[in-house]
Amino acid sequence: MFIINCPYCGERDQTEFSSGGEAHIVRPKQPTELSDDEWAEFLFMRKNIKGIQFERWNHSHGCRKWFNVVRDTSNDKIHAVYKMGEKPPANK
Amino acid sequence: MKNKYSIFSLIKNAFSGHENWQRAWRDPEPKKEYDAIIVGGGGHGLATAYYLAKKHKMTNIAVVEKGWIGGGNTGRNTTIIRSNYLWDASAGLYDHALKIWESLSQELNYNVMFSQRGVMNLAHNLQDVRDLKRRTHANRLNGIDAVWLNTDEVKKFCPIINTSPDIRYPVLGGTLQKRAGTARHDAVAWGYARGADQLGVDIIQNCEVKGIKRDGDQVIGIDTSKGYIKSKKIGVVAAGHSSVIANMAGLKLPLESKPLQALVSEPVKPIIDTVVMSNAVHAYVSQSDKGELVIGAGTDSYVSYTQKGSHNIVEETLRAILELYPIFSRMKMLRQWGGIVDICPDASPIISKTQVKGLYFNCGWGTGGFKATPGSGDLFAHTIANDEPHKLNAAFNINRFVSGDLVDEHGAAAVAH
Repeated sequence: MFIINCPYCGERDQTEFSSGGEAHIVRPKQPTELSDDEWAEFLFMRKNIKGIQFERWNHSHGCRKWFNVVRDTSNDKIHAVYKMGEKPPANK
Repeated sequence: MKNKYSIFSLIKNAFSGHENWQRAWRDPEPKKEYDAIIVGGGGHGLATAYYLAKKHKMTNIAVVEKGWIGGGNTGRNTTIIRSNYLWDASAGLYDHALKIWESLSQELNYNVMFSQRGVMNLAHNLQDVRDLKRRTHANRLNGIDAVWLNTDEVKKFCPIINTSPDIRYPVLGGTLQKRAGTARHDAVAWGYARGADQLGVDIIQNCEVKGIKRDGDQVIGIDTSKGYIKSKKIGVVAAGHSSVIANMAGLKLPLESKPLQALVSEPVKPIIDTVVMSNAVHAYVSQSDKGELVIGAGTDSYVSYTQKGSHNIVEETLRAILELYPIFSRMKMLRQWGGIVDICPDASPIISKTQVKGLYFNCGWGTGGFKATPGSGDLFAHTIANDEPHKLNAAFNINRFVSGDLVDEHGAAAVAH
């Protein structure tokens, strides 16, 4: 449990948000040409990092907007928050 | 077996004030090379080592553990054992484990306090009723004991449950597996450790894996906090940290690691003599031999390795417990903790070879791995020794995420999430 600084609403309790998992997994441009291995990679394989992770969150009980968070999963400290489409900050 | 535990050894040691018991396993320094290394000294890892030595005669092997044995999720779970899963593959896997549980104390000469007190799963809405009835039929077709209980029978089996039709999620019935129950989780780790040690397995504690060395496609050893150890067969049973180890070998796994919480109350006199689980309201409860209520809560929704878990998860569980068991309203909770569970997209485990030769993974047990400990160890040992899965774990290969042959047990099998 921690506080997330929503880029649209400001600081709110984590319980207002839904986790969308690992960020920056690009949807394949040509799904019809994907091999089974590439589908598995896109759908299921995750870095599941212990440490600094880039992830998506949705303010589901607030503005309902998606955005990105840089969080250390070993202690739940949030290092940065940035909007969808923005470049991720350099790895800290 | 040297130092066999028996009534006679108990009497003999009583005469010397119980000061001359031998230690149950050695504390060796790692050798330079082993025929196989198991990474992770929890129940599953120790069981794997035990069966590798016992059934496959691989005795030049080691278990490396970053902390102390049984100090991870083996010591954090709520000790529930059952095999009433929906799909054939899962039923085969979990009932294999349950059958080993039934004679495990005798086999290990170590009392794991396996208690077949039954596990009851409650239904709170019409869909629950349909799903759970379907599951009892599926269980019976697979030779697994299962009965459907109506509301009155639930009340009779566990009188302290509030079966009033007026509560928010009324009890509409439930399933009961009588062969299911609980065991003492620490004893499982210690029993397997003692058994493996006596067969010559080196159990190396406080030895953290820092890297996995590969020579092309073949694994050749591990870097640890106690130095480099060579081995051409490495089995990883690292639960919540499986992805961390996989990343060291340049692999990705279909896992997300999340905190799962449990809590225990102050000890009281015997009040509940079975295990009751409720999927829909997410509350499950049993009573330990010490008298504490053992309560399992849910997972956080996000990846985290903090071993704490959020307060709101506990609050939701206790809210449900209080409605179902008003008699517990003045109980005090003594301890709360979290463990990091590795969850697969289909809520089924992986017991499998990988694309790296000699590197095997046993992971993805998510929120319910304890029940499978003996079966998991047996099947993983078979997989490592023969470089081929046993027919019971063939469906649980890592390639199912490529082929699409998922074993989807989310919700379908009373898996509490």
